[in-house]
Amino acid sequence: MSGDPCDRCEELLQDFLDRTLTDVEWQEAEGHLAGCDYCARRYRFEESLRKYVRTSAVERMPPGLMAKLDELRGLDATA
Amino acid sequence: MQETYARAFRSWSSYTPGTNMRAWLLRILTNLNVDRGRKIQRTPQTQPLEESDYYLANKMASAGGEEVLEADDVVERLSQDSVVKALSEIPPQFRDVVVLVDIGDFTYADAAQILDVPIGTVMSRLHRGRRALKQHLAEEALT
Repeated sequence: MSGDPCDRCEELLQDFLDRTLTDVEWQEAEGHLAGCDYCARRYRFEESLRKYVRTSAVERMPPGLMAKLDELRGLDATA
Repeated sequence: MQETYARAFRSWSSYTPGTNMRAWLLRILTNLNVDRGRKIQRTPQTQPLEESDYYLANKMASAGGEEVLEADDVVERLSQDSVVKALSEIPPQFRDVVVLVDIGDFTYADAAQILDVPIGTVMSRLHRGRRALKQHLAEEALT
């Protein structure tokens, strides 16, 4: 259903969570979320799910892994 | 320096497991994937990826009798084992991107360099990988 603001909001969801929306898109999403309980719950659902997936995988990492990843990012930042 | 971990990533399979990134990738990307082929046969993909973005929320919502299940309720229904299992069932090219970006917290650009693919490919694979993950999570949560 084109033109539905909730559909549009859903389109923006992943990029919203990735923080890759443009300023205009960000305002569009936030404007809709402020008044739409359904979409607000959808966003919370996705955000929590991502966090949980991440936590589940991270807790299975060998000790020292996150430190290693941080180190790689640090090296990259200074390259 | 980007080439350093790009090389590390590409050659992880030949590396002795230890407390380093390659060992982690080995563990996440392959060791959890032992019975993937069998599972794919047992659970054919019946849900088109394009339609599955609402899949987990809606399927679980219908099971829970609510319009949209609250996130905490979802977490209660998913064990960490089921999350790892679901990750292991995503096609590898999609899973690698999900693991790097959503779990390893690499940027799109970093993931593109590590995997040696264009950034647009990272984005499309991420999109499809997340959908596939949710689809598998829904199956895990409801079985």
